[in-house]
Amino acid sequence: MKANIYLHEFRARLKSVLIWTLGITVLLVFFFAMFPIFADEAALMNDFLARYPQELRAAFGMDRMDLSTVLGFYSFVFMFVQLCLAIQASNYGFGLVSIEESELTADFLLSKPVSRAQVLTSKLLAALTSLTITNLVIWVVSFTAIELFRGEHEYDVRSLLLVLASIVIFQLFFLSVGLVISLLVKRVRSVTPYGLGLGFGMYVLNAFSGVLGDVALELITPFKHIDPTYILTEAAYDVPLMLLNMAVSLVALGASYWLYTRRDIPAVS
Amino acid sequence: MSIIEVSHLTKYYGKSRGIVDVSFSVEEGEIFGFIGPNGAGKSTTIRLLLSLIHPTSGSARVFGKDVATQGPEIRGDIGYLPSEVYYYEGMKVIDLLKYSASFYDHDCRERIRELSETMELEMNRRISDLSYGNKKKVGIVQGLLHSPKLLFLDEPTAGLDPLMQRKFFDLIRAENARGVTVFFSSHILGEVQRLCSRVGIIREGKIVEISNIRTLQQNNYKKVRLTADGLAPGAFDLPGVTNVQTEDGTLSFFFKGDINAVLQKLSGMQVADVTIEEPTLEEIFMHYYE
Repeated sequence: MKANIYLHEFRARLKSVLIWTLGITVLLVFFFAMFPIFADEAALMNDFLARYPQELRAAFGMDRMDLSTVLGFYSFVFMFVQLCLAIQASNYGFGLVSIEESELTADFLLSKPVSRAQVLTSKLLAALTSLTITNLVIWVVSFTAIELFRGEHEYDVRSLLLVLASIVIFQLFFLSVGLVISLLVKRVRSVTPYGLGLGFGMYVLNAFSGVLGDVALELITPFKHIDPTYILTEAAYDVPLMLLNMAVSLVALGASYWLYTRRDIPAVS
Repeated sequence: MSIIEVSHLTKYYGKSRGIVDVSFSVEEGEIFGFIGPNGAGKSTTIRLLLSLIHPTSGSARVFGKDVATQGPEIRGDIGYLPSEVYYYEGMKVIDLLKYSASFYDHDCRERIRELSETMELEMNRRISDLSYGNKKKVGIVQGLLHSPKLLFLDEPTAGLDPLMQRKFFDLIRAENARGVTVFFSSHILGEVQRLCSRVGIIREGKIVEISNIRTLQQNNYKKVRLTADGLAPGAFDLPGVTNVQTEDGTLSFFFKGDINAVLQKLSGMQVADVTIEEPTLEEIFMHYYE
């Protein structure tokens, strides 16, 4: 780890972190402000939802959630939070080393007396710090929003903690998979399409997995590995899927180190 | 001890050639010119020595250390000025230089001040607002601020105005006088001729010649040009004479061999004017490309 690279990387991403964090905060508070209405009109709401086709409700995981309870509603909101987290972490993963190459600053950095592994470790830790800031703000905002709008409704704090604790694992997946893909392709010209593609693609896969009830798709997407509705209703993780998720992240990280230390930095032309 | 020792270094990018079986060495304290046209493999060689890319086969040592395994240690004493400079666009010049300095153990502040004064660099402007020439100046200061023992200059003068070029050359000479070894890659022969003691010529990925500039010029052909009445094109029908041209009673040709043969022939003639010149590096260079 090199402190100077870490700081440089962290600063470069600070604005993006603030925007993402602010966006997610607004999303959480705005959605949760509607909770009292959903809770009071529970019967009406469930009746309303029942009119939608079963497949559509399944796609949003709404076939299993009860929007009139605090955690049922939270799991609904949390899916959108996850989507934001996925795109944010994917962006950081894809951009981690590819931005240096597309903006041609890699020559500057890698002609310094640092090893590739040191560069990658510093960059990864900086990105993780950025993601952790977003993560921590989500913790604080989640509890605040629930306290503000839950009224008389009770909820199980332990289940909520389980969901919040899953965020870091979720982020690590997209960060490391984004990184390894960026190292497998020859050149990433623009990070955003890749980041959106991975984040949104995984989300859609999960939706389809809900529609088709197809087991194979579940294995791929972290939205299924770490399904808030499952965690909140079962008050536990789906351990095999969670382990699978972490294994993919670790393999992606290991492969990234292997690829990056052997990578030929493309010349300016 | 040689500062740079390259042996049988080969690099292919997939199927396309980078360099093939390149071997040479650069001694401590010399300014080594590395010339060749665009795409000959100059940058590939430098990038291999900096471990920015990895060789297909062969090896290279810098300061006696293997570039493949001891890259970080080696790079602590290397300064690199790439042909095109790109830096973090949002940063200010001074912040970039400080970031650059933070990679080295010793204090570089005094040196940054000195160099940026010499190069007339404005420290508080953003990199993105700088012109190409000004970015190049940032590159020069950035490459020298940690007082490296070995400098890699990859076509360094592109984008610098003549005044700045001269300052830059003076700077390189001053560094060299302090014992810094310089590896100077260029396709502009004039500047190599001005600065370097020894040159390597690279063509299509292969080294075609390594020698002292002086010997390169001496061992090569001479340019002979004479004016006399009634000269026939065949008047100098000697072995070693090439490229004979006649124009208005003036005969010019290239000659390689014992110059006395030409002088003997000349002594028996009534000439109005005669010049015998060393060819410029440019002409020697073209010769390698024919």
